[in-house]
Amino acid sequence: MAVPAPHPASTEPSAGLGFILKKAVISALVALVLFFLMIGIRTEAGPSGQLIYWTRFGELAAIVGAVFVGSIVIELLRRWIGPVGGVELPASVRGGFAVLGRLLAPALLIFALLVPVIFYKERYLLDLAILVMTYVMLGWGLNIVVGLAGLLDLGYVAFYAVGAYSYALLAQSGLPFPHFIDTYPYVALDFQQLGPWAFWVLLPVSGLLAALWGVILGFPVLRLRGDYLAIVTLAFGEIIRLVILNWQDLTGGPNGISGIPRPTVFGIPLTPGEHGFAAMIGVPFSPTHRLVFLFYLILALALITNWVTIRLRALPIGRAWEAMREDEVACRALGINITTTKLSAFAIGAMFGGFAGAFFATRQGFISPESFSFQESALVLAIVVLGGMGSQLGVALAAIAMIGGFELFRGLDQFRMLVFGGVMVLLMIWRPRGLIGHRAPTVFLQKRTEISASLVKEGHG
Amino acid sequence: MTNAAPILAIDGLTMRFGGIVAINELSFTAQRRQITALIGPNGAGKTTVFNCITGFYRPSGGTMTLVHDDDATFRLDRLHDFRICKYAKVARTFQNIRLFPGMTALENLMVAQHNTLMRASGFSLLGLLSAPSFRAAERQAIDLAREWLQRIGLLDRADDAAGNLPYGDQRRLESARAMCAQPALLCLDEPAAGLNANESAALSDLLLSIRDDIGTSILLIEHDMSVVMEISDHIVVLDHGVKIADGAPRAVRDDPKVVAAYLGADEEDAAAVMEGGA
Ligand SMILES: Nc1ncnc2c1ncn2[C@@H]1O[C@H](COP(=O)(O)OP(=O)(O)OP(=O)(O)O)[C@@H](O)[C@H]1O
Ligand SMILES: [Mg+2]
Repeated sequence: MAVPAPHPASTEPSAGLGFILKKAVISALVALVLFFLMIGIRTEAGPSGQLIYWTRFGELAAIVGAVFVGSIVIELLRRWIGPVGGVELPASVRGGFAVLGRLLAPALLIFALLVPVIFYKERYLLDLAILVMTYVMLGWGLNIVVGLAGLLDLGYVAFYAVGAYSYALLAQSGLPFPHFIDTYPYVALDFQQLGPWAFWVLLPVSGLLAALWGVILGFPVLRLRGDYLAIVTLAFGEIIRLVILNWQDLTGGPNGISGIPRPTVFGIPLTPGEHGFAAMIGVPFSPTHRLVFLFYLILALALITNWVTIRLRALPIGRAWEAMREDEVACRALGINITTTKLSAFAIGAMFGGFAGAFFATRQGFISPESFSFQESALVLAIVVLGGMGSQLGVALAAIAMIGGFELFRGLDQFRMLVFGGVMVLLMIWRPRGLIGHRAPTVFLQKRTEISASLVKEGHG
Repeated sequence: MTNAAPILAIDGLTMRFGGIVAINELSFTAQRRQITALIGPNGAGKTTVFNCITGFYRPSGGTMTLVHDDDATFRLDRLHDFRICKYAKVARTFQNIRLFPGMTALENLMVAQHNTLMRASGFSLLGLLSAPSFRAAERQAIDLAREWLQRIGLLDRADDAAGNLPYGDQRRLESARAMCAQPALLCLDEPAAGLNANESAALSDLLLSIRDDIGTSILLIEHDMSVVMEISDHIVVLDHGVKIADGAPRAVRDDPKVVAAYLGADEEDAAAVMEGGA
């Protein structure tokens, strides 16, 4: 991906006011050309179908002016803030940051464990926390593909969808489905008989199916790199969504699937009544129990993703992923099979996407193709890029900031996207390599020294 | 030790790119436990030979046969890509260094041991469970890497990013990385390029110790004639994709065809050839 190389420490002061003004004038001119027809002239069909139009030069001037001023502001900001990577902080400050950084992850974990306790009374916040954790998990899953292996995947939502639909369909029918149970009663598996255990049996199944699709979709793109890979994976994401949308018999098309079995505490349903979980442990039933359980469930799933990723990174396979991101040719010269290395990254990333999808289905109880649009892929990718590609902690922070921020600005309505875009632009100016840009080595002899982001490659496909 | 067959026999190797014939009917052998140098003016086709041997190009014609110490025989023209390193045990370096710049020197050497470690990690399952057998294999891999870092004098920079090392260190690290793949044949593409006199001398010693102490056969492309004349056992000279001379360093240096080829190409190179062994 074409993230510009970070600028050298302090941008050349020689390029002064003239340069800024010139840049702003050019931007304003481009805006003028662009918006002249779009905003400057307003057309409409008149009452009898004829074309009527009028000019809006005032608005046009306002927009062009805004672009002019905005361009100056951004250029100034770029100079003021600069990419932090280049600014040498005093040793004491850096030491302080290092300690903070080391404490941050455990602190976040403890906080996460306590969330249901702290926010027990606030259903909305609990719901939000579950959502955030889902994106943390998706971010960690995609991080394997994009951050470690350097394969720019814009269709990650496909695997999320495969996981969700696998769970939803299998839980309501059996294998082979849809109608085979009646035809071949001996070979068929009826998952409905699983009753309350459906989720626990089907969660791994959904993950494996998603991994399978990761491999299937991985094969055709093995030879593609960079932008081409991004476009084809984007298309795959859309294809899966469109297939789901149009295969009415199986997936219910745009109506989606409802009545998906809710999760159980290892077989004990979270329902009122004497067989429910509340009755078992002897407390009055409350619908919040399910939320708390869902939160811990997704937290556990996300932590498993995290643990597996951290472990894999230090294993030969993970090192091969990172080496492939750094230099594919050198990998081949060292006897590393690029095909299996790429496919394994796709498969494992997809598997975690599938787990998250199954969780999403059981949490919602209802899924439809709307939940699996390209926007989701873009959001998860933004989380990975913003977090600093490859950094587990960075991805978690980015997910919290982005999903949490989205909710925070809900009151702003249509300006939400504007604020969101602005913040993204600022962050990319300030930290072009994401929140946590440096890379921690997986093995060391004397001392684990962080590797600065400027050396680490982002992969080219 | 007992095996007398040459480690690598190239016969009638031809490589065409569209209309260009980069290598034409090239035949030569590289002897076991010897340093065979491949020299020639710029554009002679040396790197192309390497790319054919190491499976980056599929030759248009000819055969390349590699024989291990245990008589296992590999037809390199039929294997390709990563299999050449994995099965035939041929490792290489590149003319323009290709380290993993964002990984530490130690990590670079660990990546080179991928196939050994991958098997030990039970294709990641044993590794995930951190099985003792895998941990032992990993310790061994680290020891091998440490040994090579020691040999190339980079032990104290083991945990620095490879991209941060000075140029000469990067060159040596790349050779060490190739050696960590435990090859039967090591192919070095201009390992002395850009090194100063001291570094070149150290490199010569390193290559001699690889040949004598470890017993790895070396195929060497090099423009630095002082290195070539000093350490190679055998020299093959290439010009415009054709072999023009083949023999002991002294004989090659005095060969009028070689001198002419270098004179035609570049006066400095010619002077270098003639001064190299003097
Ligand atoms: N992939 C390719 N496509 C087309 N032509 C190629 C290709 N690779 C090499 N060649 C051509 O083959 C010839 C030999 O190139 P090669 O790189 O092997 O030379 P060399 O002996 O290594 O030179 P140098 O000493 O400069 O490294 C050159 O004319 C080059 O243009
Ligand atoms: Mg060359």
